[in-house]
Amino acid sequence: MPNVPVPLNYYLTLSAILFMIGAAGFIIRRNIITVFMSIELMLNAVNLTFVTFSYQFRQVDGHIYSFFVMVVAAAEAAVGLAIILTVFKNRSTLTIDDVSSMKN
Amino acid sequence: MHSLWLIPIFPLVGFLINGMLGRRFSKTVINTVAVGSVVLSFLWVLKALSALAPLNETYVEHYFTWISSGTLDIGFDFAIDRLTMVMLLVVTGIGSLIHVYATGYMAHEGGYYRFFAYLNLFMFFMLTLVLAANYVLLFVGWEGVGLCSYLLIGFYFLKKSASDAGKKAFIVNRIGDFGFSLAMFLIVISFGTLDFQKVFAKASTISPEVQYGSITTICLLLLVGAIGKSAQIPLYVWLPDAMEGPTPVSALIHAATMVTAGVYMIARSATLFERAPIAMDVVAYIGLATAVMAATIGLVQNDIKKVYAYSTVSQLGYMFLGCGVGAFSAGIWHVVTHAFFKALLFLGAGSVIHACAGEQDMQKMGGLMKKIPITFAVLFIAAMAIAGVPPLSGHYSKDAILMAAHARAPWMYWVGVVTAGMTAFYVFRSIFLTFFGEYRGKAHPHESPAVMWVPLAVLAVLSLIGGYAFNIPEFLSPVLPMHGGVHDESLATIATAAGLAGILLAAICYLFVPSIPGALASAFAPIYQTLYDKYYVDELYNVSIVKPIANGSREILWKGADVGVFDALVNGAGTTSMALGGLLRKMQSGNLRTYASWVLIGILLVMGGFAVYGGAK
Amino acid sequence: MDLILFIVFAMFAVASALGLILQTHPINSALSLIGVMGSLAVLYLLLGAEFIAAAQLVVYAGAIMVLFLFVIMLLNAGEERNPWKAPVVAYIGGPVVIFLIGAFVYLINFTLPPMRSVSFGDFTGGGPREIGMAIFTKYLLPFEVTSVLILIAIVGAMVLARKEID
Repeated sequence: MPNVPVPLNYYLTLSAILFMIGAAGFIIRRNIITVFMSIELMLNAVNLTFVTFSYQFRQVDGHIYSFFVMVVAAAEAAVGLAIILTVFKNRSTLTIDDVSSMKN
Repeated sequence: MHSLWLIPIFPLVGFLINGMLGRRFSKTVINTVAVGSVVLSFLWVLKALSALAPLNETYVEHYFTWISSGTLDIGFDFAIDRLTMVMLLVVTGIGSLIHVYATGYMAHEGGYYRFFAYLNLFMFFMLTLVLAANYVLLFVGWEGVGLCSYLLIGFYFLKKSASDAGKKAFIVNRIGDFGFSLAMFLIVISFGTLDFQKVFAKASTISPEVQYGSITTICLLLLVGAIGKSAQIPLYVWLPDAMEGPTPVSALIHAATMVTAGVYMIARSATLFERAPIAMDVVAYIGLATAVMAATIGLVQNDIKKVYAYSTVSQLGYMFLGCGVGAFSAGIWHVVTHAFFKALLFLGAGSVIHACAGEQDMQKMGGLMKKIPITFAVLFIAAMAIAGVPPLSGHYSKDAILMAAHARAPWMYWVGVVTAGMTAFYVFRSIFLTFFGEYRGKAHPHESPAVMWVPLAVLAVLSLIGGYAFNIPEFLSPVLPMHGGVHDESLATIATAAGLAGILLAAICYLFVPSIPGALASAFAPIYQTLYDKYYVDELYNVSIVKPIANGSREILWKGADVGVFDALVNGAGTTSMALGGLLRKMQSGNLRTYASWVLIGILLVMGGFAVYGGAK
Repeated sequence: MDLILFIVFAMFAVASALGLILQTHPINSALSLIGVMGSLAVLYLLLGAEFIAAAQLVVYAGAIMVLFLFVIMLLNAGEERNPWKAPVVAYIGGPVVIFLIGAFVYLINFTLPPMRSVSFGDFTGGGPREIGMAIFTKYLLPFEVTSVLILIAIVGAMVLARKEID
């Protein structure tokens, strides 16, 4: 089987598709945890872009950025899930439409 | 380097210390800081001068470039030449004496630290003004002393007349400063620089025909500035009112130093003025007119400080006359001697007022000679000096000015001589009213403490020998060539005789036949009243300038423009924002998903922009 | 071979992502996300990012997703009402998303300058050695700052999740 190289555009396109799916999930889903997971999906899509461009420019910097994104995502997950726990404890709900106290 | 910057820095440090911490200090600490800083700068002046002697060339110290714009380069430079040196010695020397005096005079006043902080700040700005090597830096000092003058005139700010007088001084000076700024702009346009040396070097190379007009305009505008600062017609009105300030302030700022800044500035710009004969004539006319007018007003005033204030205006007129007839160095000489005897007069008057527990009306004094003999002695010397009695200081400088005036136009000389007679008359009138006859007041006069009369004694010595010992014109000849006016014995004698005649007349009117003044006043009631009311100049200004401006501001600018147009615009803007904000408020649903949708729409717009403009190239 | 691998795992990733947002139960969503991450790790490998691929599996699919599952089970999150049945979502949201994806695809494929093509093993600069060199020289300061960030996150999580919160 011949080795057909994959144009980098494909990777970027995949990244865009994943990102948009994540964005759609973020907007449409109501469960706080699913919304959070949509964010993670978007972060992954962006990571893919970083790595792709790193390949394009033959540099390791993009890898470093996605590494940092992972670290930040881990920190964010820790704090975010803690917030979700607290919200649930106080309001007994996981639906973000019920958590609209930012207004007023 | 001789560290000229230290000279003004000492008082600035004093100002900062006293101004920021003075409230907590005892009076002793405040005194030490205030007086010490000025004395230090006096000593530093002496040190710098002894190191720089004989100072035939201008010595410049460049510290840093302050403003650099295109071809215009303004440095923070201090320069010192013989003219500066004279002014430095006068400012720091007399400043030190007056600071010492003020520690005694102000001992029982509130706001003690504030007073000395302002006084030190004034010294800082005055020294900056004198040391400046370009017009801009001079202007900094110029404005600074104006500010301090305002602060100190309004020192008793709870008194409405004092704060009004401060505002009047400030506003009237603005008119002069406006002229000064215009002059600087014109200098930049004409010469491309504001450095004294460069401007004068360029001015002396161009022939009068080429730049005749612009140099005359520059000089006339500079003159406007000088008129404001040095209280000449028509802007002199602020100086008599400035006597609302404490007496040491009157002595230091409104007699010895700040008001002579105008004369200094004209003398500094002598190279320009010499190329502008019309401006010179204007200077001379204004000086002469001011001298006569202020002297006539001074004849009939009853407030001892007002008398000396008008006398100051009149003497400043003399200095302008000297500059206007080309005898700049004579004008500076008069600045120096006047600083001696007028500071002495004011401080003596302060001592009298101090003795009479704040009374300033001479009609309620009298017979003080035995009660405050030291004050009497020094005031008498000062009066002799201002009257031009030889060999006291005033005689020499006044003679030099009058000789130069005679060389320019004999009638100027004669007007000057008559004014000298009037000067002698009103000064001795104040002396006789205050010290002779019976005491007419209620308070119990007492001699001032030593801290007050010792500076007076030093100034008295200076007034006695100042003219003979310091031949300023000769000293200044490398900087300011002396023009015209060979010394003529007969003319000098006439001037001296006029002074003596004035003294004699005053003695007759107020010592021997006290009924004469009253009879004269009632015989020439209209004239007397006009003089007593200072030619109604304040009222004239009030009707012709202040009222129209105030009414115009109120009716047109406030009720018409401000309320009608600007307020409407501002309120309209507010209402519009409220309405728009109300719309935008609906966006803030508090719902996370709605917010996310807005973000998405933002992305949409950005991507649309990318797509239209061709993406990331 | 590269193309086939790419297509297979790209399809799997997209399918899992759709699963993430279409499934109504959070557990299913989380498992779909793990699927996305796994396939992305393979794609990273194809791009020569060995370290990132490993970290993706260990940190993301391992640690973070376990945390998610843990929270889901702790809170006993139930099924969500299917949001896709709302008319606004169906008739406006769907087309918008598709339009946006189309716009992205257009921008990527027709406005970017020409790009390389990927063949496995062509770029080997993504190993642990290179990453380590970069992190501890050029990116030392950001790296240290990150550690502070994590410390803060730990403290923050503890403060937020402790029992006696009001």
